[in-house]
Amino acid sequence: MDSATSDPAHGTPTATPSVTGTPGTGTGAPATATDSGTHTGAPDAGPDTGARTGRHARTPLAGTADNGLKIVVVGGFGVGKTTMVRSVSEIRPLNTEETMTRAGEGVDDLTGVGTKTATTVAFDFGRITLDARNVLYLFGAPGQERFWFLWDRLFSGTLGAVVLVDTRRLADSWYAIDRLEHHGTPFIVACNDFGGPVHTEQEIREALDLPEHVPLVECDARDRSSSKYVLITLLEHLQAQALRETRT
Amino acid sequence: MSAPGPRDESPDRLYTVTGGRTRAGDDTPFDLVTLVVTESEPVPGMQSEHRTILRLCRRPTAVVEVAAELGLPVSIVRILLADLLATGRISARHPRTSRHPGTHGLPDPDLLEQVLVGLRNL
Repeated sequence: MDSATSDPAHGTPTATPSVTGTPGTGTGAPATATDSGTHTGAPDAGPDTGARTGRHARTPLAGTADNGLKIVVVGGFGVGKTTMVRSVSEIRPLNTEETMTRAGEGVDDLTGVGTKTATTVAFDFGRITLDARNVLYLFGAPGQERFWFLWDRLFSGTLGAVVLVDTRRLADSWYAIDRLEHHGTPFIVACNDFGGPVHTEQEIREALDLPEHVPLVECDARDRSSSKYVLITLLEHLQAQALRETRT
Repeated sequence: MSAPGPRDESPDRLYTVTGGRTRAGDDTPFDLVTLVVTESEPVPGMQSEHRTILRLCRRPTAVVEVAAELGLPVSIVRILLADLLATGRISARHPRTSRHPGTHGLPDPDLLEQVLVGLRNL
């Protein structure tokens, strides 16, 4: 684990890097690393969009694999999406990106010279071989606004989504939940345990305006069995939903 | 093997890689998780990206894995794959859950059960 990883999103804006804790060598760690004490014990969020440089040993799929499946883990910066993908993936998470050029709003772009906005979204993914034929790809995707322009292109046909939240920053998840509901994508909410104040389930549901039928679970994204449990919860939710639909 | 290009690709290079095309046809069948399988070995004179894809996909490899390996955006990789599919050098195993793109019909219950069994066995 990269203990030097420091997620700036975790620091409070008013926190000033202090050197008082540094022995008077003057050559201590970079100031940005000194705020690590403010979230001791927090799950290693890891760099969500850090490009994986260097070659890695590829683990090929079985020749019989013929059905790729998708689950998306959505959440704000530093909430632990990459950590969750890594904890259950059979490969080291890879990083890639998609770019989309949109014509400027209200501009007739038939000439091809109108105002265009390039939207680039980077995302991580990992892989789980389920059986001889089915392979599950787990995507860690940023929840920010520009990402949703690419949702249909990237994630249509996804089984469902996990909204990963940090209970200290619940508001970061509002937009993602709203968009998933808009797209009709089934989802559950998983609270990554950062050791913050304990909230009751009811408090979290109210803060997120989460309907009763949407499962809410706690997890530790660093822990493989915990992340596995989150995925199983999502699948059971999908099954329950399928059952409800066939009854109506 | 050629190393993947730097992440901050210049638009010019991407333009060259695809012969000036900026998107695959609207009916492009490649999902992020479509599994690509090589059907014939690379031949001399082929574009280097095409050769790399054919080497990568000797075993089934998802479109998104190809993109990560090449260090190219997914949309560019879709164009390259469409070329190879059109000439029969690759085959594509499309996901069975996205039969109806654009709709949000729930997946087949049997498939959900298979996924659950697979996850529980992890």
